[in-house]
Amino acid sequence: MQEVTVAASVKNLTYTYDITTNSSFSSNTLDRISFSINKGDLLGVIGPNGAGKTTLFYCLLGLIKDYRGEVRIFGKDIRNDKSILQNIGYIPQQKSIEQGFPATVKEIVSLGMIGKKNVSKEKVSSALKIVDLSDQSHKRIGELSGGQQQRVLIAKALVHEPKLLILDEPTTSIDVESQKKFYTLIKNLHQKNNISIIWASHDLDAVSKIATKVLCLNRNVFFHGETSEFFSNDEFIRMYSEASMQLHMRSHLN
Amino acid sequence: MVFEILQYSFMQRAILSGVVVAVVCSVIGLFLVLRRQSLFGDALSHAAFGGLAVGFFTNTYPIWTALIVSVLASFGITKLRQSTKILPDAAVAVMMSSGLAVGIILIGLSGGFSLDLESFLFGSILLISMQDQLMILMLSAIALVIIFKFYDQLIYITFNEDQARISGINVTMLNYLFIGVASLAVIASLRLVGVLLISSLIVIPNITAIMFGKGFKKTAFISIIIAVLSVLLGIVISYITNLPPGGTIVLLTILILLGSMGTKSIIKRIKIQGIENNRT
Repeated sequence: MQEVTVAASVKNLTYTYDITTNSSFSSNTLDRISFSINKGDLLGVIGPNGAGKTTLFYCLLGLIKDYRGEVRIFGKDIRNDKSILQNIGYIPQQKSIEQGFPATVKEIVSLGMIGKKNVSKEKVSSALKIVDLSDQSHKRIGELSGGQQQRVLIAKALVHEPKLLILDEPTTSIDVESQKKFYTLIKNLHQKNNISIIWASHDLDAVSKIATKVLCLNRNVFFHGETSEFFSNDEFIRMYSEASMQLHMRSHLN
Repeated sequence: MVFEILQYSFMQRAILSGVVVAVVCSVIGLFLVLRRQSLFGDALSHAAFGGLAVGFFTNTYPIWTALIVSVLASFGITKLRQSTKILPDAAVAVMMSSGLAVGIILIGLSGGFSLDLESFLFGSILLISMQDQLMILMLSAIALVIIFKFYDQLIYITFNEDQARISGINVTMLNYLFIGVASLAVIASLRLVGVLLISSLIVIPNITAIMFGKGFKKTAFISIIIAVLSVLLGIVISYITNLPPGGTIVLLTILILLGSMGTKSIIKRIKIQGIENNRT
């Protein structure tokens, strides 16, 4: 049997958010999105606020099911086969965790083992070691800084050794020093652990240095290809800036 | 004095029921407080009041009818919360007033408050019958078994519903199950604490425990200790002074909360003073 080399593939994905509902999902529309990510790729997903990055991720993760088109993770439709979740780690957009939340760092990382096969408690310690938080394991998660909390979530995602990591603007609202540490961590995870990564970010500089491929989203696919191709082309950057501005203006007018 | 209290079978029943109720309310309350659903206990107990009134009106064992109405109400609240047209706190308000309205109308139709119905409002030690005790123990046991079976999943959902869903947990099913279990805890507490104060027993010990607990399980343990202490002391004090047990127990939990806040504030000041002294 031929080995699947594509980690995720999306064909003609279209999703229109039902504006009459009050769900937590954002009201973006995705219009005929197509792209794929090979095993071992680090795909940087860029695009202005409202471009549909989080909505795309919710479709990839099976949180949104009523889309049109095709989404496959390791060759399977997540809506029909939830076992794929065993292979995915997800880190959401940074929301500060309340200081009063009593769970310790170790307890939060242990949550990553729930519903997963072949995981042992030793994996919790090694995941904490990878994110350099072994000495903080007995602290309440709310007592940590934003950057540290985000590393805890990475450790939680790593504890079951996923083959695909999906990171949704993980460095928003954390300080520059923590961002740098975070980028080094992503780079190491990609290179040393050979994990495929889909990473949404507004930090074009970081994406240009770390990502192997770029997906530029603006409700539809504006660019998908090699990182060097995108960032070496001034025309792309100019068009990207203009598109961002248009979307920004449109959201204000709406 | 203690031996004298324990000689009475009604006190033995009150103490045993009280300890069990304290444990189950604490365990469930921690999830409710952290999910910002502290008022759910109120909504469920008010719905239970409507159920009690149905029981008295139809001459059925009232705790059974309260149980049915409360469980149905718990599912109703969960459904309303998931519905997109009503905000979560508004759903709680709708359920709370519906239960109360049904109760008041049925009480009016049956000729006003009876002594037994009043005891359900404010709690009573004297009126816990053998049948009540068996019901309390059974409901509490079911609630605790279900909670412990899904403990880690519930922690995950409390931490982040979306992440829990992505890890493969059936969040919708567990939300229904949890709130159904919370209604069991409310019914188990009705006799001792009373409709009006159940929510406080669910919430206040947990607020105190969250101030000190490091770790989810340790926090739950601290909350259980506070609730059990308050219930035991409350029963003894209400026996001696003839005060309603519900109010006495809840006042004790509030005193422990205020004492803990004061202690924490003093400890913080001492620490800051120590740091400043070291600097100078």
